[in-house]
Amino acid sequence: MMELDLNILQQLGYIFSAILFIYGLKMLSNEGTAARGNVVSSIGMLLAVLVTVIEIVNPVLVLSAVLFGALIGSAFALKVKMTSIPEMVALFNGFGGLSSFFLAWSEFNNLSAINLIMILSFVTVLIGGITFSGSVIAFFKLSEILKGNNDFLNKASRWFLIFSFLFVIISVIQVLAGGLGYEHIDLALIQKIFIALLIISLLAGLAFVLPIGGGDMPVVISLLNSLSGIAAASAGILLTNTALIVAGCLVGASGLVLTLIMAKSMNRTLYNIFFVGYESSGASAAKIDGEIKPISAEDAYLVVEAARSVLIVPGYGMAVAQAQHVVKELGDLLEENGCEVSYGIHPVAGRMPGHMNVLLAEANVSYDKLLEPKDINPTMETVDIAIVIGANDVVNPSATEEPGSPIYGMPILEVHRAKTVMVLKRSMASGFAGVQNPLFFKENSRMLFGDAKESISKLVAEFKD
Amino acid sequence: MEIVLLLFFILVLAIFLGLELISKIPSTLHTPLMSGANAISGITLVGALSLDTGTNLQIVLAFSAITFASINVFGGYLVTNRMLRMFKKK
Repeated sequence: MMELDLNILQQLGYIFSAILFIYGLKMLSNEGTAARGNVVSSIGMLLAVLVTVIEIVNPVLVLSAVLFGALIGSAFALKVKMTSIPEMVALFNGFGGLSSFFLAWSEFNNLSAINLIMILSFVTVLIGGITFSGSVIAFFKLSEILKGNNDFLNKASRWFLIFSFLFVIISVIQVLAGGLGYEHIDLALIQKIFIALLIISLLAGLAFVLPIGGGDMPVVISLLNSLSGIAAASAGILLTNTALIVAGCLVGASGLVLTLIMAKSMNRTLYNIFFVGYESSGASAAKIDGEIKPISAEDAYLVVEAARSVLIVPGYGMAVAQAQHVVKELGDLLEENGCEVSYGIHPVAGRMPGHMNVLLAEANVSYDKLLEPKDINPTMETVDIAIVIGANDVVNPSATEEPGSPIYGMPILEVHRAKTVMVLKRSMASGFAGVQNPLFFKENSRMLFGDAKESISKLVAEFKD
Repeated sequence: MEIVLLLFFILVLAIFLGLELISKIPSTLHTPLMSGANAISGITLVGALSLDTGTNLQIVLAFSAITFASINVFGGYLVTNRMLRMFKKK
């Protein structure tokens, strides 16, 4: 009787924690309630853990592991610089996947006969493994440790993914056949297949993320986020644990919504992002008329000083140069000068969803000054100067003007319609899409070459003189 | 087998709930939402807590699963909280 009561208490606890997760997520998607939403969801987690530890088998092991993980996780979360948030989130996400991976591995060792439950442990290991190794590669790419692209590796990765896919199908067929009683398939064989699957799932995550270019990272990160949820949900069925199923599905679904928002902001399908890439979509070599007009920092100051409304459009270049603080300083000086300042934020600018927002928030820019393309484009003609800081493809007018362009149809910030565009750029190299940007050659464009942080610092210094 | 079907039923409903729950998100909240959802995916901790620890391999697996899930949970919630405190209207 005692045991039954505990079980009921546990299930009730899971129901409450599911409600808290649902409310927490709902609140997280609204600016006013987001901070409280995170707290609500963490209470849900605490509740779920508390009702679970009522009947743990091995308290010493559990406590030491939780403490160990809590220490590492908290230290990372509190010490990390705000600019390193993208890679941090990727890494935490990978650890969630890895946990599901180990969980399913342990459960597999409990199974003494071939049955359908085995397929669930296969699925969990596969998704968990892909999430982990994929996130680790994303971590290395985001922290700039892993750079560039290797054609051979990309091709090898694609072939490996096809091989992995076939292997998984064959494994599942083996388990099904074994479950139906075909004598030649015994448990020892299935165990060997499982070990191979452990390795293949980790390699598949590598092969999946390695070929994906930096500009597509926002989509990849949100997809990996979704996968970590799906891994948890699948582990939940394996363990018949409703808390894992519900929470995992919520994460899986919200990650999917975010992934689709990202893909839509690039006007590309998921298939195109993951399996085609920009290279093979036939880059157009249309000739661009006009010429590049460089401008010095001194002249740029004169232009900016006279402006009544300025739109600042940051991109990955701002993140690389760590220029968000000087950008905010410039914005403040402009406002003191009687100028209206707003920020144009493209959903896929940077390397993760909302990357620019995090950086600008760190520099203390008020979030109501951050405008999305649909808010700012209709009034673009009234903008005196659009200052583009290390953004490229998200302001490329080919997306609206040139039907042959690989990025045609992608919603952009239409800064070319502003009275003057000032582009801060390191060199004339093209963006992640490898597409030339006609914006730089337009009549109303001026190029301010150099490191974004240095260029803006010069402008700020001129203002102070 | 019946219980597994019932669990699948919960799974399907929860997915649809999740899709409906988060339809409109301002882009400011993309990172915090992702990071907050990521912390929730650390729910595997709950599963890892009740893993069997019969063999040495299972002890190692349970310890690793709990540790990594805890990193995910604690790190995820704290980093999200830090981020959200920066997002203020000034």
